[in-house]
Amino acid sequence: MNRREFLKTGAIGLGGLVGIKGKAYPCETKEFYGMLVDTTLCIGCRSCEKACSEVNHLPAPNLGDDKPRQTSIDAFTVVNKFKIDNQEIFVKKQCMHCNQPACASACLVKAMFKTKEGPVIWRGNKCLGCRYCMIACPFDIPKFEYNSLNPKIRKCEFCFERLKKGEKPGCVDACPMEALIFGTRRELIEIAKERIYKNPDKYVHHIYGEREAGGCGWLYLASVPFEKLGFPENVGETPYPEYTKEFLYSVALIFLLWPSFLIGLHKALKKEDEGD
Amino acid sequence: MKEIKRFILFFISELKPKGRLLTPFNIITTPIILLGIALIIYRFTNGLGAISEGGSQDFPWGLLIGFNVVTGVALAGGGYIIPFIVYVLGLKKYRPMVRSAILTALLGYIFYAFAVLLDLGRPWHIFNPIIGNSFGISSILFIFVWVLVLYITCLFAEFLPAITEWLGNERFRKFAKKLVVGAVIFAITLSTISQAGVGALFLLAPTKLHPLWYSNITIFFFISSIFSGLSVVIIIDSISHKVFKDQAYNFGELIIGLGKAACLTMFVYLSLKLIDIAHSRHWQYFQSPMGHLYLVELIGFILFPMVMFTEGVRRKVMGLIKLAAFITVIGVILNRLNVTMIAFKWYLPHHFPGWMECVISLTIILIQIWAFRWIVNRMPILREHKWENE
Ligand code: SF4
Ligand code: SF4
Repeated sequence: MNRREFLKTGAIGLGGLVGIKGKAYPCETKEFYGMLVDTTLCIGCRSCEKACSEVNHLPAPNLGDDKPRQTSIDAFTVVNKFKIDNQEIFVKKQCMHCNQPACASACLVKAMFKTKEGPVIWRGNKCLGCRYCMIACPFDIPKFEYNSLNPKIRKCEFCFERLKKGEKPGCVDACPMEALIFGTRRELIEIAKERIYKNPDKYVHHIYGEREAGGCGWLYLASVPFEKLGFPENVGETPYPEYTKEFLYSVALIFLLWPSFLIGLHKALKKEDEGD
Repeated sequence: MKEIKRFILFFISELKPKGRLLTPFNIITTPIILLGIALIIYRFTNGLGAISEGGSQDFPWGLLIGFNVVTGVALAGGGYIIPFIVYVLGLKKYRPMVRSAILTALLGYIFYAFAVLLDLGRPWHIFNPIIGNSFGISSILFIFVWVLVLYITCLFAEFLPAITEWLGNERFRKFAKKLVVGAVIFAITLSTISQAGVGALFLLAPTKLHPLWYSNITIFFFISSIFSGLSVVIIIDSISHKVFKDQAYNFGELIIGLGKAACLTMFVYLSLKLIDIAHSRHWQYFQSPMGHLYLVELIGFILFPMVMFTEGVRRKVMGLIKLAAFITVIGVILNRLNVTMIAFKWYLPHHFPGWMECVISLTIILIQIWAFRWIVNRMPILREHKWENE
């Protein structure tokens, strides 16, 4: 695709000229808060779910039911059971708090917002309810209140309000097994690497979330490949804003080139006409 | 003051229906529209979930976005192609088509904006992306909304001469005519972006939209909007000959030129599709049902009408060209619905949209047709008018 390459270089050059920032989404990627989930330690007691519901004023989860579930408008986190080789593995699921979130780069009013502390939050005073964030999120996390007249987008916000007060998220201290560790992303990756290094037979040698979708705030360790635990396998490592960058450049390019080209064409053809 | 009063009186007198009221079309569509309006009220009093069984957490966008907006935009392609041919390329013989093409696009885009409004969960924040302090400039949807607003404005400017002629205000008409070429050039630019932009909305769903449709979607959306727009113009022409017998200027052989252009762009489209498939090594998908659907699109609705166009143009058979245009339009609709609904999350079971959603979607289209008819019956759109002579 030579033409595209050409367009790309042209666009980047022009982008520089008119002062478009190369980066589609502005955020520091250095010291975000994150969470490490060690699925080998989780016993599936779902205390974190319960704590989450309390903190967020959601209906208490039905702990008796262990069907696989999705997060929903009244369950921001769910723990699902996977039976693999006679072994039960439990996986907590919630928003991944991506470093460069798809949801935020989709949102046309910055209602989905990556805070500099790391949590990705939803701001109801801006949101239009277009649900584009739901189309974009590779983990299918944002949920919409279809049956409300003042519908909200609901998802885990990493207890941003508590974080601001210096408290930890609701789920982490509820865990009796220390399967959840709260900290800065960098620390957590170090801990995760160390665990893999010290127990090479226990873990698969991959930290899910380290690079997925450009890196996530939530990181996972597991003893079996992540595809078997319900993680989307084709997410890739490209940060989501990259997917639209090329198009955003070409919009600038079209705006610059099209009118002059069309006017030129119009003039040229008119002259010929008159010459007849 | 007097002017305004005169205008209001004139407007009220024009509101009265012209022609017979009890036509089969009216008898069928009136109850649907009334039901649709009732359902729209129901939607605003009970929430979006009340009308959209299809709209779910897994499929956030239902018919209103998938069909009325994304498909509709493609069908309004004539709104920039015909002005391009007439004003930029200066092919004056196509002038009789220009107003109906512009009107179709103008009404189309106004009603997409309306559909979007109905589909928003929190429509009271609609001005946030426009005058709010929350510009999500890196969002494709943000660009799309802006382009939508500006494009409607431009189309309106292009359409202004017809309005001034209807009002019979010569001074105003002279002024309006001066705007046209500028508006056309800006409108073509905006339209290019909006046509590619509806496709670009799905760039953020690389894992959800089937790879066959995802690949280079913006380029394909743009190219297909050309032959889609041309085909719609051909169809509108043949329908309005029947409906507006008293005033339709005979386009006659003009549609041969459009057929030729449509055929050519379809050839480009098909060739690029083949290169795309070879380039991205997508052969393996052709054994799956989605792959078959893709082939149906390419063979049944691109290659086949292409051959018909060629034959129709070569032997000058209008009927064949019109049929080809019709099949092409069905194909474009299929393609857009595939992207927005069928091939979107193809790995999950799909539900048919609920009946209420369907009625609302249809109502929007019917009101649009009524508006089109109302305007054509009053303003010089199809009937012979003073073609602008510059
Ligand atoms: S997981 Fe989804 S909702 Fe959460 S930050 Fe990432 S893209 Fe946004
Ligand atoms: S639904 Fe709200 S948060 Fe999501 S993309 Fe639309 S405006 Fe942004």
